[in-house]
Amino acid sequence: MSKASKDEIQQLKLQAEKIRKRVIQIIYSSKSGHTGGSLSSVDIETVLYFHVMNIDPAHPATPDRDRFILSKGHSVEALYATLEAKGFIDSRLLDTYGHYNTILAGHPTRKVPGIELNSGALGHGLSAGVGMAMAAKMDKKSYKTYVLMGDGEQGEGSIYEAAMAASHYKLDNLVAIIDRNYLQISGNTENVMSLDPMQERWEAFGWQVVEIDGNDIEQLTDTFDKLSLDTNGKPKLIIARTTKGKGVSYMENVAKWHHGVPTEEQYQQAINEIDERINQYS
Amino acid sequence: MFTDTLLELAKKDRDIIVVTSDARGSVTLDGFANELPEQFVEVGIAEQNAIGIGAGLVSAGKKAFVCGPACFYVARSLEQIKVDVAYSANPVKILGVSGGVSYGALGATHHSLHDIAVLRTFPGMHIVLPCDIQETQALVKALVDYPYPVYIRVGRNAVPNVYEGELSGFQIGKARILLEGNDLTIIGTGETVYHCLEAGKRLHAAGIHARVIDMHTLKPFDKEIVERAAKETGKIITVEEHSIFGGLGSAVAEIVAQTHPVPLRILGIPDENVICGTPLEIFKHYGMDADGIYNTAIL
Repeated sequence: MSKASKDEIQQLKLQAEKIRKRVIQIIYSSKSGHTGGSLSSVDIETVLYFHVMNIDPAHPATPDRDRFILSKGHSVEALYATLEAKGFIDSRLLDTYGHYNTILAGHPTRKVPGIELNSGALGHGLSAGVGMAMAAKMDKKSYKTYVLMGDGEQGEGSIYEAAMAASHYKLDNLVAIIDRNYLQISGNTENVMSLDPMQERWEAFGWQVVEIDGNDIEQLTDTFDKLSLDTNGKPKLIIARTTKGKGVSYMENVAKWHHGVPTEEQYQQAINEIDERINQYS
Repeated sequence: MFTDTLLELAKKDRDIIVVTSDARGSVTLDGFANELPEQFVEVGIAEQNAIGIGAGLVSAGKKAFVCGPACFYVARSLEQIKVDVAYSANPVKILGVSGGVSYGALGATHHSLHDIAVLRTFPGMHIVLPCDIQETQALVKALVDYPYPVYIRVGRNAVPNVYEGELSGFQIGKARILLEGNDLTIIGTGETVYHCLEAGKRLHAAGIHARVIDMHTLKPFDKEIVERAAKETGKIITVEEHSIFGGLGSAVAEIVAQTHPVPLRILGIPDENVICGTPLEIFKHYGMDADGIYNTAIL
């Protein structure tokens, strides 16, 4: 994978903003959504789906595809909007998000093309990712498995069972990402249950850990590119420092937007802010 | 037994993977681990991780059998079974060993008397309790390419044979009549089937023609055989190594109450912590052995 060109970075920034806009639209339309955590993870998913992963929307189940698991399943709006942008689902379907009898529920399910695992209960994704990465090693296949977790999610003990197994089995084809926005429902993660020093903890579990700005497209592309070349026997963790509610000024770093629906006025402001950046990157 | 048959199948099918959580001894997996180390995944004492890894392996095309004590798998890792396996429709095979009161005197931490009740409520989850070595072997063969998630519960101790010789025509979801009769029906599952059959034979000798059914599959449930038993025999006794709530007896009650109501007695573990003893002593204490079933039948 070659370093992303300036032009590609610009395109990815544009793509991320388009996805942000769709996130706000579907949350406003369905009157339900995990807004803050979706917005913080948009840039990560944009880079994964449009720069990193080997996936084909026309053949979502091809055995050699890279795998993505959204372990922080509540941020599903960003994933649905990313799957739409990539062509896994069409926009008419995305517009049904949260509506009666749609397949697009408030947490991911495998009914939706491109989704690998039902999630929503926290602390599950990394174990399943270990299983997938293990299967790739057994079958001598080169696909990679990516698992996106939340930082509040790090309170779940099952994650550390998976962390142990991943390093024990030398799964260097497994890349976990923590959406490190420092906020969970009840407030700052370090007040609720301290998670730092996160990097040292994961390194002690035998992981290769890098910490970056998770809302910076260029840092994300560079980091994924470098890690994908590293066959050192260590599973990889990217601590992606992000801003919860990223891209909508009044939502940024405000815990109550973990789950929140904008009023009409707030909706318009959010769309205006995002449209401004879309124009800037177009 | 289960793992011997699985080992033979796994030698020919490299996609069969065993996952376990420090339960080589309990599950008798040493042979498998030694002969097929590349198809054997040890995760340490981490049941949640074992189930999650099993789901990941299956979603990537493997045929994963996650094996360990029933008491821990259907409690500690219940949410992984609910979400990663059943809800995600990953056809993981979960082998719960030493089920029911197999561990005898070890106490309630080691008993699994809730597993059927809980797992019956998970959409898409199938549940099978084989009753002897022949049925277990037939079941393993049926499981390898079975496209649904399955929980299999087996006991810890050697049990007398119910079936003589290799079992043909075994089908998940299709119960078997072991003894014909029209005076009453005794339905067992897993290790209780032997006791049901013994009681049935004694009843026949005493002139009471009991029908005995091996209900090896708790889900999908063979409704037809239960309806027929209700209509043709008029009385049913169920016997299970499980809480009297939510298991075999409840499944039978749900059917007969809605189709052909008949008197029903549910034998199993009452709502109390099980007394200390060997499995057979516990069966006897709660009237689940052949004597107890016979005595219930003649009342």
